Amino acid sequence: MGELRLMKGNEAVAEAAIRAGCDGYFGYPITPQSEVMEYLMAEKPFERTGMVVLQAESEVAAINMLYGGAGTGKMVMTSSSSPGVSLMQEGISYMAGAELPAVIVNIVRGGPGLGTIQPSQADYFQAVKGGGHGDYKMLVLAPASVQEMCDHVKLGFEKAYQYRTPVMILSDGAIGQMMEKVVLFDQVPRRTDAELIEQCPWASNGRPKTRNHNIITSLDLDPAGQERVNLKLQAKYKVMEQNEVLYEEIQCEDAEYLFVAFGLSARICQKAIDMARAKGIKVGLFRPITLYPFPSIEVSNVGNRVKGILVVEMNAGQMIEDVKLSVGCKVKIEHFGRFGGIIPAPDEVVRALEQKIIGG
Amino acid sequence: MEEQFAKTEIHKPENIVYKKTDLMVDRPLSYCPGCGHGTAHRMLMEVIEEMGIQDKTIGVSPVGCSVLAYDFLDIDMIGAAHGRAPALATAIKRMWPNHFVFTYQGDGDLAAIGTAETIHACNRGENITIIFINNGIYGMTGGQMAPTTLPGMRSSTSPYGRDVPTMGHPLKITELVAQLPGVYYVTRQAVHTPNNVRKTKKAIRKAFELQKENKGLSFIEIVSNCNSGWKMTPVQSNKWMEENMFPFYELGDIKVDGKLVEKKATAEKE
Repeated sequence: MGELRLMKGNEAVAEAAIRAGCDGYFGYPITPQSEVMEYLMAEKPFERTGMVVLQAESEVAAINMLYGGAGTGKMVMTSSSSPGVSLMQEGISYMAGAELPAVIVNIVRGGPGLGTIQPSQADYFQAVKGGGHGDYKMLVLAPASVQEMCDHVKLGFEKAYQYRTPVMILSDGAIGQMMEKVVLFDQVPRRTDAELIEQCPWASNGRPKTRNHNIITSLDLDPAGQERVNLKLQAKYKVMEQNEVLYEEIQCEDAEYLFVAFGLSARICQKAIDMARAKGIKVGLFRPITLYPFPSIEVSNVGNRVKGILVVEMNAGQMIEDVKLSVGCKVKIEHFGRFGGIIPAPDEVVRALEQKIIGG
Repeated sequence: MEEQFAKTEIHKPENIVYKKTDLMVDRPLSYCPGCGHGTAHRMLMEVIEEMGIQDKTIGVSPVGCSVLAYDFLDIDMIGAAHGRAPALATAIKRMWPNHFVFTYQGDGDLAAIGTAETIHACNRGENITIIFINNGIYGMTGGQMAPTTLPGMRSSTSPYGRDVPTMGHPLKITELVAQLPGVYYVTRQAVHTPNNVRKTKKAIRKAFELQKENKGLSFIEIVSNCNSGWKMTPVQSNKWMEENMFPFYELGDIKVDGKLVEKKATAEKE
């Protein structure tokens, strides 16, 4: 059993990075995620584990620092919030193209534009459908608690190196700011340079006489070559789709109706389930934990057993597209969303279920 | 990949008067005949070979004509997005503090799209070497106006010459970064004559030695030609460079040992 602490979601992300053996954090302040770098600077991981923490001049610089560090095989992380993550899209595309491992945390706030500093889930499309240019995906984890904020950092690094891919943790301003108890995993030692070189024979960190020079790039000017790069990426994504799906089913066994929600919305739906069941409405929750790869088969299996599905999101209707693609058209699927930084209340969700699905 | 030439009678050690550095990969350069990039590459690789630091050097290539530099330099390299090389180099050096880290960037990359990354890496005093090739034009994309294009100089996006009131002034970013306390050594060199090549190599060597001593950032501008982009023969372009580029981008040391070099009274001709 690890150490038990009361922490903010953002602090849990920072502490988890240190404990996961992260080599470097590069970030730029933006609300509502600034506690990540503040915690790291106060905690002095450069003394605890030797981890580097650097405040960059912009999110553009931060993501490119990540690209540089990851290109040498080092375990690197950044965090930001929606407008900042928009600025990072070019760099994320380069990292996906060059197949570099890293963890990127997005503590989503309401948009578009400067939007608001309040929580939102409106960056779902950006996170799971590419975001930057070109055909790429990244593994997207959606924590619904401070505990998962912590655990997903470690899991994210594992998967990033397993697949040589950037991994995004898509959270929101509420989970980033709220305090919950969290069980911290024990310190994982940072890899030695020798261990790193063994784990990452592809990395650019100094060419010894014993191998050819390593080049990290996403450029291939030959169309046939660039198509091969794309086919390799797509093959990798297929393997991820087969092996990396994570989800949770809550009270689905006897459910006649179903909520599908991720992150904070899933937490709200849990309360809504209690309220609805008190009224005699048998409703369950399907919570995707990986947003990419999306649990298509799994949500379809549950979804096709119920009379209707309400997709609850803090956006205007984004994940519902993937739910519809997965479940098909035999079951009624409707969306309930609040956006612009408003968090829906559980009774609103129950009312929406009654109006849009049961009575509709 | 690189095929060894069959050794003939001529290839005896006692007959060798000059040898290309082994750190240049045996493949044709992608640069136009007459371009200065190849020479700059070779000087850089000669320094790394002579210092015996191939296994401890990480280079960052830019976007622009030298985007494929990693194909010619037999060292570990990372290709940056346009303008971001100093950000990459920052992280690389922070996490491999005993390695030698350099960026190799053109004027559009370093002084336009990457201005913020350049200024801030310099201002933090990152212990890296920046090699800045200034030919006053975007060569790769077909000769568009660069931040360093001279007033009146023609390019495909300033076809009647750079008009300063509407297109702005050329940016002397090298003088600008020299003002920053994190920058330890700044020099401006050229590679169009044997004498200049020797000086450039000396400057690169000095920069790498300073990096070894953790002195801060070294910034080497190499004023070069772009005969294709300037629409001249190589010989014409070098003459034009001497007559037009050098008076504006004056060759020589700008900052040495962390101190600005005092200008000669007559030096500044603009």
